[in-house]
Amino acid sequence: MTTETVIKAENLDLTFHTNDGDVHALKDINLDIQKGDFVSFIGPSGCGKTTFLRTIASLETPTAGSVCVNGMSAEEARKNRAYGYVFQAAGLYPWRTIRGNIRLPLEIMGFPKKEQEDHISKVLDLVDLRGFGKKFPWQLSGGMQQRASIARALAFDAEILLMDEPFGALDEIVRDHLNEQLLQLWDRTNKTICFVTHSIPEAVYLSTKIVVMSPRPGRISDVIESTLPRERPLDIRDTQEFLDIAHRVREGLRAGHAYDE
Amino acid sequence: MRNFFPVITVVAAIMVIWYGASVWMNSKWVYDQAARAGEEVSFSELIKDTWSQDRPVLPAPHQIVAELYKSTVQKKITSKRSLVFHGWITLSATLLGFIFGTGMGILLAIGIVHNRAMDMSVMPWAIASQTVPIIAIAPMIVVVMSTIGATDFLGKDAATALFGYQPAFMQGLLPKAVIAAYLSFFPVVVGMVKGLRSPDNMQLDLLKTYNASKSRTFWSLRLPSSTPYLFTSLKIGMAGALVGAIVSELSASPLRGLGARMLTGSYYGQTIQIWAALFAAAAMAATLVGIIGMIERYSLKRMGMAR
Repeated sequence: MTTETVIKAENLDLTFHTNDGDVHALKDINLDIQKGDFVSFIGPSGCGKTTFLRTIASLETPTAGSVCVNGMSAEEARKNRAYGYVFQAAGLYPWRTIRGNIRLPLEIMGFPKKEQEDHISKVLDLVDLRGFGKKFPWQLSGGMQQRASIARALAFDAEILLMDEPFGALDEIVRDHLNEQLLQLWDRTNKTICFVTHSIPEAVYLSTKIVVMSPRPGRISDVIESTLPRERPLDIRDTQEFLDIAHRVREGLRAGHAYDE
Repeated sequence: MRNFFPVITVVAAIMVIWYGASVWMNSKWVYDQAARAGEEVSFSELIKDTWSQDRPVLPAPHQIVAELYKSTVQKKITSKRSLVFHGWITLSATLLGFIFGTGMGILLAIGIVHNRAMDMSVMPWAIASQTVPIIAIAPMIVVVMSTIGATDFLGKDAATALFGYQPAFMQGLLPKAVIAAYLSFFPVVVGMVKGLRSPDNMQLDLLKTYNASKSRTFWSLRLPSSTPYLFTSLKIGMAGALVGAIVSELSASPLRGLGARMLTGSYYGQTIQIWAALFAAAAMAATLVGIIGMIERYSLKRMGMAR
């Protein structure tokens, strides 16, 4: 069974020209992401993982090389609304209800009214927020707001989900819960997910492929194909297989000088 | 309600200081009169006199209140001596000017935020316009507008067709509204520009991922985000519009409105009349700004942006 490549980065290079000199954020990035993959990007601060995600989203422009999304250039893919983006903060509009917030992309993209309501109800079910549609963001906890943000990214049926440390601001217990829910969601919808994280257990638990990056300049240190089964209960984090993969991730980080001063 | 006692305390303190100042400032006249008649003035006589002069330098609060009562309750509303009549003249100019000024301010702010050329060119002119003394410009505006015939809100014929007569406040309303707008558009421009630019980069990036047009970004993100800033500017703009309306009355004809009352009071030495008009204007300003404040609290609460 061949799976198509949905995201392809070739010799990607990105340098930021700042007043303090050039920052070489990405150097020679070559990566293929297949349809249905759950790819985690892990690395220390400043290794370029968020920059890479933003380049895929066409929020940054590469200075050399190319990135293809669904066979088109990143910018065309953005114009075609090929992906949903989840930021680290939920970023919901306080003047709209949760349903109103999820409706935002649907309004902008011109979905007909009847379809809008169906889509909203569907994604609220997916993230387990049924019944909270009429509430306002401040009435929800941090974890629930982030789930609403994920629902918003899923509302318009994009095939790709780009997530930039979405659970970074939440506590451990909520994080575990949300990790489980995210995997269930991925299983049900079969989307291609690119997930940037700081947490090694999170990266190993969630992904089918782990991309270890290192800083100065930002580059890929290692690409690990996970051997864990698709169905993963939280307890899998205590198995030897899990710890081996986590060990390999740590080795990759060490090789990329992530633990140096 | 928890403001009640502090406010009452401050008001009481002001009253004490005021009555004292009244005695002190009006005493010179009393002493002069007494010296001319060759009489001595006792302290209690001094107090009694300074608090009930016909043309005091500093009227006592009860004199002002009496004058206010006399010119509002005891006069017919249509009388040329009624403060209600003059108050409405000023209020109509203030409100019309406020609407013009706010409308223009918002349009300018939208232009500045969305158009690079306007961003670089409008602000210096807007600032310069505010530094010219309004008291110099007001007569010019009145004269120019009467020359082109744009003075009345509804011309005599149009008003008579609609109402059967031309209401007094409509005469000469337009130049006053323009001057009031002149003073109220600037805070709205400044506040709205800041408000329309207030969404952070993450929010703007999110809309970029939806490939939203500039107009979409404006209506769904920028405009709602700017509401707190808008209300703050509206309060300042309203106060400015009132000042503009009062200043414009000093050079408009016929002499009507609270500003005109203050002017005629100063011509005839009727200091109590001046102060009564002043109180009326202050009360009007406080009420208008208070109403905006109430609308602000309600709206921001509904939009989830209340402090």
